[in-house]
Amino acid sequence: MTGEASVAAGSTIDALGQFELHPVLGHLGEALRFSQSPLFMLIAVAVVLVFLYVGMRPAAVVPGRLQAAAEISYDFVHDLAVSTIGENGATFFPFVFAIFFFILAGNYLGLLPFAFTYTSHIAVTFGLAIMVFVISILASIRFQGVGFLKHFLPAGTPVWLAPLLVPIELISFLSRPVSLSIRLFANMVAGHVLLEVFAGFTIMLAGLGAFGHVLAVAPIAINIALTALELLVGVLQAYVFAILTCIYLREAVAH
Amino acid sequence: MYRTPRLFLFAAPLAAVPGRAVAAGMPQLNFHDPLLIGQVVWGAVIFGGFYLALSRFALPRVERVLTNRRTRIQSDLDVARKAKAEADRASAELLSARHEAAEQARAHVERIQSEARASADAHAAETAKRLEAEIANAETRITQSREQALSSLSEIATSTTQDLVARLIGTQDEQTVASAVKRVSA
Repeated sequence: MTGEASVAAGSTIDALGQFELHPVLGHLGEALRFSQSPLFMLIAVAVVLVFLYVGMRPAAVVPGRLQAAAEISYDFVHDLAVSTIGENGATFFPFVFAIFFFILAGNYLGLLPFAFTYTSHIAVTFGLAIMVFVISILASIRFQGVGFLKHFLPAGTPVWLAPLLVPIELISFLSRPVSLSIRLFANMVAGHVLLEVFAGFTIMLAGLGAFGHVLAVAPIAINIALTALELLVGVLQAYVFAILTCIYLREAVAH
Repeated sequence: MYRTPRLFLFAAPLAAVPGRAVAAGMPQLNFHDPLLIGQVVWGAVIFGGFYLALSRFALPRVERVLTNRRTRIQSDLDVARKAKAEADRASAELLSARHEAAEQARAHVERIQSEARASADAHAAETAKRLEAEIANAETRITQSREQALSSLSEIATSTTQDLVARLIGTQDEQTVASAVKRVSA
């Protein structure tokens, strides 16, 4: 929440300053274009891998809590991938798992104070969406050959409708990465701007004396509720991204 | 469902706050920032590493544990099923053995009973024969004694009569008395 400094100085709320990128590790970070965004990506990836490693270390037949959590996360994404994609789901399971937990960990890490939410950057979410898009096209070619192009003209359509339908299908196909990335990006930005704005209200009200101190409780209460909502949105958006990935991949491997 | 109240909450403070926040532009859209593109490149590298670590090490490890558990449970179930089948067979064997033993015991009892009955019958028959023989013997003896008694009766009667006659008339004719006695007793 880097915006708080400017809030204290002036009477405006800098809701977007929290999304600014700053190099970390001094000049080395600047030279490597290494901002806090990749730093938090590294942290998120490390958290997930450590969770899986520590959780599965006992490798017990009767799992403890952490192992049960690790197994549940495995089973959850595995069921999602296999039930949505079909018999080839197991092939794409690690990919779906990586997508889901990369986004989930990013969303949740961003809720910690002083943390950075890399899923609030359209460049990152669009990169993820383009990766899903390209992989689903490659999977289409791999599983269906060039024949996957016939999906742009749904079976049984009269030929004279083709000039109308093919562009529509093409546009809907090409808009997939756009909607996929903007959905996640917009949700994260909206949530974090809201948190910042209400936190700014608290500081502004606190400057109004005793009466303001009492009123300042209200934005804090709203922020608590918003944090709960963000916890829901964080997992929901990760789930939506993962399940849409699965749906695109199912279309790619289906015959 | 989640969007509507959020968008409302989102719009309300933005309308209230002076325009600087929006006017300043979103840092996410500042594509001249080398850090913006840098994070995409770094993100690709980190995500690739994440994917490799997951698919090569982390996820197969979970898979192994789950598979181990599944096979362990399956083998335990198999063992239990086998034990149950054995127990069932043993119980069936026990039942049939008990049935057989009961059959044998019944046959045994029946044999002993029939033997006892036969020996009792034989014994009774023997006793009856012996008794009959004794009865017959006794009857012969009785007949003999009676005949003896009857035959000595005429003798006694004759001698008594002779004595009486001798006492009465002082004389006696043995022949006459004997014939008379014979006549009377006939």
